[in-house]
Amino acid sequence: MADIVVKTEDVVKEYRMGSNILRALDGINIEIERGEYISLMGPSGSGKSTLFNMIGALDRPTEGQVYIDGQNMSQLSQKQIAAFRCHRVGYIFQSYNLLHVRSAHGNVTLPMIFAGISEKQRNEKAEKLLDMVGLGDRMYHLPDELSGGQRQRVAIARALANDPSIILADEPTANLDTITGREIIDLIKRLNSEQGVTVISATHDLKMLDVSDRIVDIRDGLVERIRNRDEIDIEVGEVGGEGE
Amino acid sequence: MQQRTPIEEQIDLPFVESLRISFQSLKIRFGRSIITTAGITLGIAFLVSVWMNNEIGIALQESGRQTTINTFEETAEQGISTKDIWLIIMSLIVCVVGIANSMLMAVTERFREIGTMKCLGALDGFVVRLFLLESGFQGFSGALIGALIGTLGAVLLGLKDYGLDLFFYFPLLPASPEDGPMQLGVIVIILLGCILGMILAVIGSSFPAWRAAKLPPAEAMRTEV
Repeated sequence: MADIVVKTEDVVKEYRMGSNILRALDGINIEIERGEYISLMGPSGSGKSTLFNMIGALDRPTEGQVYIDGQNMSQLSQKQIAAFRCHRVGYIFQSYNLLHVRSAHGNVTLPMIFAGISEKQRNEKAEKLLDMVGLGDRMYHLPDELSGGQRQRVAIARALANDPSIILADEPTANLDTITGREIIDLIKRLNSEQGVTVISATHDLKMLDVSDRIVDIRDGLVERIRNRDEIDIEVGEVGGEGE
Repeated sequence: MQQRTPIEEQIDLPFVESLRISFQSLKIRFGRSIITTAGITLGIAFLVSVWMNNEIGIALQESGRQTTINTFEETAEQGISTKDIWLIIMSLIVCVVGIANSMLMAVTERFREIGTMKCLGALDGFVVRLFLLESGFQGFSGALIGALIGTLGAVLLGLKDYGLDLFFYFPLLPASPEDGPMQLGVIVIILLGCILGMILAVIGSSFPAWRAAKLPPAEAMRTEV
């Protein structure tokens, strides 16, 4: 039996925009296995970021259920949700979302402060993680003193601070140039293959296709199709040809 | 679906840790903190100077000294005039609105930061406590400086009106009610100014901070200022 880490059941999300109701998710059912690298693909406004927020307990669905590790997220207390965000998930955002008043090191230690880890241990861990993402020499720089790619590396190191079992990456390469984007994807893929972290990434970056185990196409708040890796290679060729 | 280890509850951070983070935040954001604090300082300075000027006026009248120069006609009467009460109330309103505005802006521009902290596992209470500490400190220090500036202003104005007599009858301590209208004295006014500044700053920041902390992180991070 497959080890399902994330399961959504008829997840609906509606936003009220004045008198209009916008249905961002219209009943999403997906299952994600442990250790998978899965990409949520779709154009802007398709609902992929909304789904990302639901899976990461960053927002509440209007209807339906999200299960993570068999736990129904809607039944968790505030303190359990905070612990879930702190220990089980690492978030990577398009706009990095680093605290600009804290250095790279300060950003990486923050989740460990919330987890109650001792100062000595968190300093050691932060140094190790920043070394791993190639920022060993820029540890005490503020985010404003770092390039986009370097900021995203800090965000990746921060996401890994409490050894999460799931990495959620929302358009991690959207603000980066092609080469830097490629490096970030490789780094995330390495975490997936070497450490067995489940990666769930909302993206419309085609470079993400090669590294994904499965791709979930989202359109108009619905799962349009789910493709496996073996179908992906053909699709890349097609998409690449379209622009020429 | 397999049931894995249940999700435990997030721990409450020790108070010292909150204190450390809030001071660190004030230090790094020094320039911005100064502007917010200046808003509090100005409000309290205005209030304290108007109030104290009034106290000085009353104290000197009661001393039996003839007030002749540049004083209002009403000061010939004993006690506090309607005009003075009006002035004090106005300055109090300016002070309340000014401080609430400073704190509201300072917190609203940090909604994204609040959302991010919640993503990393911060509890709602921790976020609110952080802002409470920051604003309490800003409120107290801003109000203390404001009260001292206000006192200096009132003293200079008193010197202009009453000359050196001011120092003989300076209402440092509260006067007993039997002596006439209630007088709080300079020290009490300074203390009240500090407390008021701190309370207003804390209320002004904790309300938006509490509202932001209650929002789902995705919504807090979407907020544009």
